[in-house]
Amino acid sequence: MNLHHFTAHQALEKISTKQTSAKDILAALGKKIAETDSTINAYVRISETPVCPSSEASQKASQEASQKASPSQTNQLPYPVPIAIKDNICIRGHETTCSSRILKGFIAPYDATVVERLQKAGVPIHGQTNMDEFAFGSSTETSCYGPSRNPWNPDCVPGGSSGGSAAAVGAHEAIWALGSDTGGSIRQPASFCGVVGMKPTYGRVSRYGLLAFASSLDQIGPITKDVADAALLMNIIAGYDPRDSTSADIPVPDYTRSLIKDIKGLKIGIPKEYFMEGIDPEVNQAVQEALQILKNSGATIRDVSLPHTEYCVATYYIVATAEASSNLARYDGVQYGSRHYPAQPRRNALIDMYEETRTQGFGKEAKRRIMLGTYALSSGYYDAYYLRGQKVRTLIKSDFENVFCDCDALITPTSPTTAFRIGEKMNDPLAMYLSDILTISANLSGIPAISVPCGFSKAGLPIGLQIMTKAFDEETLFRVAYTYEQNTEWHKQKAPLA
Amino acid sequence: MISKDDVQYIAHLARIHLAPEEIDGLTNDLEAILHYINKLEKVSIDNIEPTSHVLALHNVSRQDSVQPSLNREDVMNFAATQKNGSFSVPQVIES
Repeated sequence: MNLHHFTAHQALEKISTKQTSAKDILAALGKKIAETDSTINAYVRISETPVCPSSEASQKASQEASQKASPSQTNQLPYPVPIAIKDNICIRGHETTCSSRILKGFIAPYDATVVERLQKAGVPIHGQTNMDEFAFGSSTETSCYGPSRNPWNPDCVPGGSSGGSAAAVGAHEAIWALGSDTGGSIRQPASFCGVVGMKPTYGRVSRYGLLAFASSLDQIGPITKDVADAALLMNIIAGYDPRDSTSADIPVPDYTRSLIKDIKGLKIGIPKEYFMEGIDPEVNQAVQEALQILKNSGATIRDVSLPHTEYCVATYYIVATAEASSNLARYDGVQYGSRHYPAQPRRNALIDMYEETRTQGFGKEAKRRIMLGTYALSSGYYDAYYLRGQKVRTLIKSDFENVFCDCDALITPTSPTTAFRIGEKMNDPLAMYLSDILTISANLSGIPAISVPCGFSKAGLPIGLQIMTKAFDEETLFRVAYTYEQNTEWHKQKAPLA
Repeated sequence: MISKDDVQYIAHLARIHLAPEEIDGLTNDLEAILHYINKLEKVSIDNIEPTSHVLALHNVSRQDSVQPSLNREDVMNFAATQKNGSFSVPQVIES
């Protein structure tokens, strides 16, 4: 087995028994990236010197800790296993651009909380991954660095917006990675690339140092090769942070304790609205087979209804764009980023500078979303759009609260289709928005959700199974995901480019 | 539903300059998206409170204690132009 094929927990075991080192793994990843990233374009930046305590030091710390640790202390262990992170998470002293021209050259003056936590755990950050510009997209095609490609078929998109992270893990150019998820941006690309992607409960992971898209929806989360790695990574990054006022001051359990291959007695709901017209028959088939496996593992399966599902995408594209237009107002050529002036004066010198900076700095989709959000918040339309959207959000959230009175978890496809072709949806924004139709509700209601591989289409493209649980119940989420995964072999399949 | 004039007005509010040839395309895109979003008109929202935030959090406060902030030079490094340690913008008030 090549070192770059390791999962993080396999790598950790080999490191602690001195069969390999973080340095060797970094070298293997470097070689792999040199071989395949010209095709995949998962990375926007590779660190010459990975951001971390020295690999020897962390290896030593890991050995010492693993000798001392009892299993219950695994969340205290250093993890000297290299990670890739999305280009919207600040690393002090490193360029961080959200894959946007407007931030080219911006060097983060501080570390995101998740970066601090990774460093404290001894995890080297070896590269930053491509994304849709400001996370606006479902295909990683709106990046100023050009599109990333799907490791299972380079003519297809890897999904988005964390497409670089998912493609890197799917192509085994990374052992594990961090993404961010505002409407499905971790789960949908994980589904498209045949890997595991998890969005924690809103508030579970600090957003400090995550460049904001929609502040009431954004969450950072793991993209990994299996469920155990997602649990390990959550042990590192989850927890209260006073620097994020929306961070939840709720104790974080050891998620590796939820890696139990047993779901006897759990009640699993199947929301009928998620199996509507438009779901690819191959996707539906794979999810039905997954349900059978969960049933055979002892879960009770029942049909449930989330009656406001039909309104999720419309609600999301009001709330998310309104928050985005407000968050992106800061990119005005004054405090950071590029600055441009028009060739000919138009209004006054200051407004001309703002407009030209933003016009040249933002790509087409960013402008479209800023415009939509500005419209939804503008005088005369606020009640009709933004306020109405927030009220429908209340109804969507209540739907979930109701079903979780009687269910432990919900099962749906992650995406209605497998990966689509590059360029296929770029000229039809609404079709692109609808590709998030099954993932958006978890962000609107704040609940955790995970995508795990559950099969392949005849064309050889991965299919993802989405599991959702009630807020702050990541433990049940991991338990169901792990039980399913351990009864299947899908997560062990390797992409042709891996 | 949304006119070219609306689009130009919104662009001005958002501080984005649209070339004449961009206005048609963007008007069509926004028209299609708003048409889709208008399905929310079918939902009964009487007596429903808006959700701006999913957590049961209210005001979050802390002690107003002195803490180190970011280094001024580090932060000013990213300014397109600066003057006397301050951000500098094109002049808008006549001297």
